[in-house]
Amino acid sequence: MAKTDQPDRTIWVAQLAAIRDKQDEQAFAEVFQHFAPRVKGFLIKSGASAELAEECTQDVMATLWRKAHMFDPTRASVSTWIFTIARNRKIDLLRKQRRPEPEDLTWGPEAEPDQEDVLALQQDTERLGAALAALPEKQRNLIERAYFGDLTHSEIAQETGLPLGTIKSRIRLALDRLRHTMK
Amino acid sequence: MKMDMTEIKHHLTDALLMGYSAGSLPEAFNLVVATHISLCDECRARMHEFDAVGGEVMEMTSSDMGDDALAATLALIRQDKTFETSPALPAKHDGIFPAPLRDYTGGDLSAVKWRKIGGGVSQAILKTDKSASVRLLRIPAGTAVPDHGHRGTELTLVLQGAFRDESDRFGKGDIEVANEEMVHTPVAEEGLDCICLAATDAPLRFNSLIPRLAQPFLRI
Repeated sequence: MAKTDQPDRTIWVAQLAAIRDKQDEQAFAEVFQHFAPRVKGFLIKSGASAELAEECTQDVMATLWRKAHMFDPTRASVSTWIFTIARNRKIDLLRKQRRPEPEDLTWGPEAEPDQEDVLALQQDTERLGAALAALPEKQRNLIERAYFGDLTHSEIAQETGLPLGTIKSRIRLALDRLRHTMK
Repeated sequence: MKMDMTEIKHHLTDALLMGYSAGSLPEAFNLVVATHISLCDECRARMHEFDAVGGEVMEMTSSDMGDDALAATLALIRQDKTFETSPALPAKHDGIFPAPLRDYTGGDLSAVKWRKIGGGVSQAILKTDKSASVRLLRIPAGTAVPDHGHRGTELTLVLQGAFRDESDRFGKGDIEVANEEMVHTPVAEEGLDCICLAATDAPLRFNSLIPRLAQPFLRI
């Protein structure tokens, strides 16, 4: 797979750890530089005004700082995790809805996640991103519209061809392991 | 929540999981999805995968931040140095309602205020925004629910007991996703009363010419 201009995703994982363990503002600045414009772009595409999106993005990034200890790199890449924070903020702000969340399985991430698991999940997510980017324009556009909130549930139901199955089994492994350690 | 995860046979559709991940489902559907995921590791893993798709979609967008955005965000962080604590402890309780549902009912089964709706069946409507509705249903063991069709999409998640219809058996944790074409006659199995969480995006038409009590059962 061709390397993009993005740094290796495990770098973001290390930076989140630096934010969590050392309140490292330099690490935060680098995460901010990459992700804040993407969060803002996502919010604007989802219907927020530029002004609201800017304010909301700052809020999302501050939340990232405050929740850094809850990030579990065996279950999500940094981009996935930031997306969920931005998505929840969007529901709160734009749709003014409560967001029921599934019961959590544990008290948070394991203290010492297996580095091989972390690396494998980040790589799988990268492959998923590449597969998404390689989709025919029309198909990718539909998926984007679904995530920007432009498609209803029944419109999504007619959608096919999403390159899924990439990381589900990896996450299942992580969940099984978590359950095992909790016994 | 103690439960044998392998027992669940009927799962969420990709469309529902994608809508949940995108944040575009009605609140009532989100509640059923979050409750099912609380019981089902298979769908939890799929949810994480759909979240990953969302992350990659977000990666493809970009909009420049203001010049002072980083400084303003760091100021926000310094202003309030509290770290958000972990979410509430996972449910270590013996009830049948997972945490997201308990948030809406204010407790477990015993906290539900049931109202009889005929045929021995009771319901309790939960408060959500108006784009769809969600209710708990209690169907006495062995009771058949009359033939009914659906308008829109109807999600039915079994929390206790089981029901059967023409298509299959639905036990604890199973979710049935029914659409407009589907007409079925669910029958609650013998044993425990069947408790379900059911959501629909069909419009409620109780103020029409038909008196509310004459509404076909479950045509909700």
